[in-house]
Amino acid sequence: MQFDLSMPAQLTSALGPDLLLMGGAMILLLWSGWRRESDEHQRSVGVLSMVLCVLTMVAVGYYAYRGYTATNGVIAVDNFRWAADEIFLIATLGTIAMSLDYNRREGITPGESHVLLLLSTSGMMILAAARDLIIVFLGIELMSIAIYVLVGLNRRRERSAEGAIKYFLLGAFSTAFLLYGIALVYGATGATNFVAIRSNIISYSLEHSGLLLVGIALLLVGFGFKVAAAPFHMWAPDVYEGAPTPITAYMAAAVKAASFAVLFRLWLEAFPTLISTWHEAVWWLAALTMIVGNLVALAQRNIKRLLAYSSIAHAGYILVALVVGTNLGSSAFMFYLFAYTVATLGAFAVIVALGRAGEDNMGVEEYAGLWSVRPGLAVAMAVFMLALLGFPIFGGIGFFAKWYILEAALKAPFPQTRLAVILVVMSVVSAGYYLYVVMVMFMKPRSSTAILPERAGGWTRAVVWASAAIILIFGLFPDALVSLTQRSTPAVSKEVAQRSR
Amino acid sequence: MARAYFPVLMLLGFVVMNALLIIGGSALTIRRRPTPVKQQAYESGVPALGDARERFSVRFYLVAILFIIFDIETVFMIPWAVYFKQLSCFVPLVNDVCPVGNISFFGLGEMLVFMLILLVGFVYVWKKGALQWD
Repeated sequence: MQFDLSMPAQLTSALGPDLLLMGGAMILLLWSGWRRESDEHQRSVGVLSMVLCVLTMVAVGYYAYRGYTATNGVIAVDNFRWAADEIFLIATLGTIAMSLDYNRREGITPGESHVLLLLSTSGMMILAAARDLIIVFLGIELMSIAIYVLVGLNRRRERSAEGAIKYFLLGAFSTAFLLYGIALVYGATGATNFVAIRSNIISYSLEHSGLLLVGIALLLVGFGFKVAAAPFHMWAPDVYEGAPTPITAYMAAAVKAASFAVLFRLWLEAFPTLISTWHEAVWWLAALTMIVGNLVALAQRNIKRLLAYSSIAHAGYILVALVVGTNLGSSAFMFYLFAYTVATLGAFAVIVALGRAGEDNMGVEEYAGLWSVRPGLAVAMAVFMLALLGFPIFGGIGFFAKWYILEAALKAPFPQTRLAVILVVMSVVSAGYYLYVVMVMFMKPRSSTAILPERAGGWTRAVVWASAAIILIFGLFPDALVSLTQRSTPAVSKEVAQRSR
Repeated sequence: MARAYFPVLMLLGFVVMNALLIIGGSALTIRRRPTPVKQQAYESGVPALGDARERFSVRFYLVAILFIIFDIETVFMIPWAVYFKQLSCFVPLVNDVCPVGNISFFGLGEMLVFMLILLVGFVYVWKKGALQWD
């Protein structure tokens, strides 16, 4: 069935899963305000939020299964959107599950923390759907405002408050860049719709319009902040360290995924004809992000900061897929996003499981000899580290994810050989810190003064084991996932590819 | 193209001149006879109490934020009201009137949904006790 987006009723149906999540979140917001704050109430809101997430996943799956399409309008209805939505919802589900245990340990009683996650996720779903710069802005704000609050959830802790204010100020600053970019692109092309922007660029031959190029550059800066690509990554380590650990996982996985999803759609649908113009800028962004992220991560001794720099490095790998600028790059991106999201969620779940109240034991050295006291968690953490490293077999899908990015880079119309070389070299460098964590856990003796944290709650352990299982099982049988991601490309870019053939 | 902005430049010049004239004029013609009472901050005739640089209860900020949020709602209603006729018509207006048999409830429904969302926010704020002073 094809939705006619000029009809309000059909536009509403095309937004079905998004509206389901938003409406449910509003009801849960009322429910969380209805009773006095307590740990039981927080948990009940959290469990209901997880149910809502699963319902939305089913709705997204149904829409994808029915194979709906839509006329050109403010939102897109295609597999790219549904695949990205499922990844966001998986990340949200894992984050809420971790938060249930984390909030109990840290004494965070407001159930609204889960509802804010849902609202933020609905913003991401709008971002994945957006085919209009105004909708992009709406989604970015809906996503970010909830995250600003969530970072400062632990507001009595100095680090958390510092992270929140930093993220808020820099987030607002980067949004200003984005908005200015949107204004200039609109000024140059006279359209906010992605497809209309592309056709206007062609029909008025705006390839060398200065206004448009400045607009694209500002958009790139704005998105660079959101995905923490070097040199716009400075905020990430402090914010990731200060935020509550489940929220850090959410930012590293879902927020980054959403910003990348909209960046891909914008670049592939609106500016594919300008590839020779933005290619250089994105190339340098990717190379710099990979190099800075990996080299600085080597010096980190705090596990949350280490993973923050690792997430910066991964943003660089994903940018390689953007430089490629083809459908192959887009499906490699989707596969990578899935692998990266699951591995990051799992790694942070292990950190939550091993944390003590107040989170003062975040040094990597604290994990010395973990193998002898918590063998299960040590093995799971090793799997996540190897997956992030892209190690074959034991790293599961992490290996294939890197493989497909490399394949896309080398098979592109303009082969990105130099970027591929940088990617491989930097992956070798990243072994320096990922394997260091594994080495500390398995080969260093447990110090006699180390305090063993209590056994983690059931939800956190479920996240750890589910993530590890997904990584290893899909690592052995990646075919299903590959064929899914190959179909999950922006609909319009497919048309462009067919026309140019 | 740059000519179109000339009136703006003129207005800018006029504003700057006006400000200079008022301040400069009063500075030139003024007679300075300060007394302690004249030096006080102007409080609409009431004697000033203490310093303005003191700490305010955080509740003032909460009330201010809530005011802004629910104030914005009225701002959004203005464009809706201006465009209401077209929003409640399936086809384009003819002489600013909707042709017979084409009335739709889309415009009204949109505003009701918007109001419902605000109502949820309002009930939440009320239930959380943010409207109570203590």
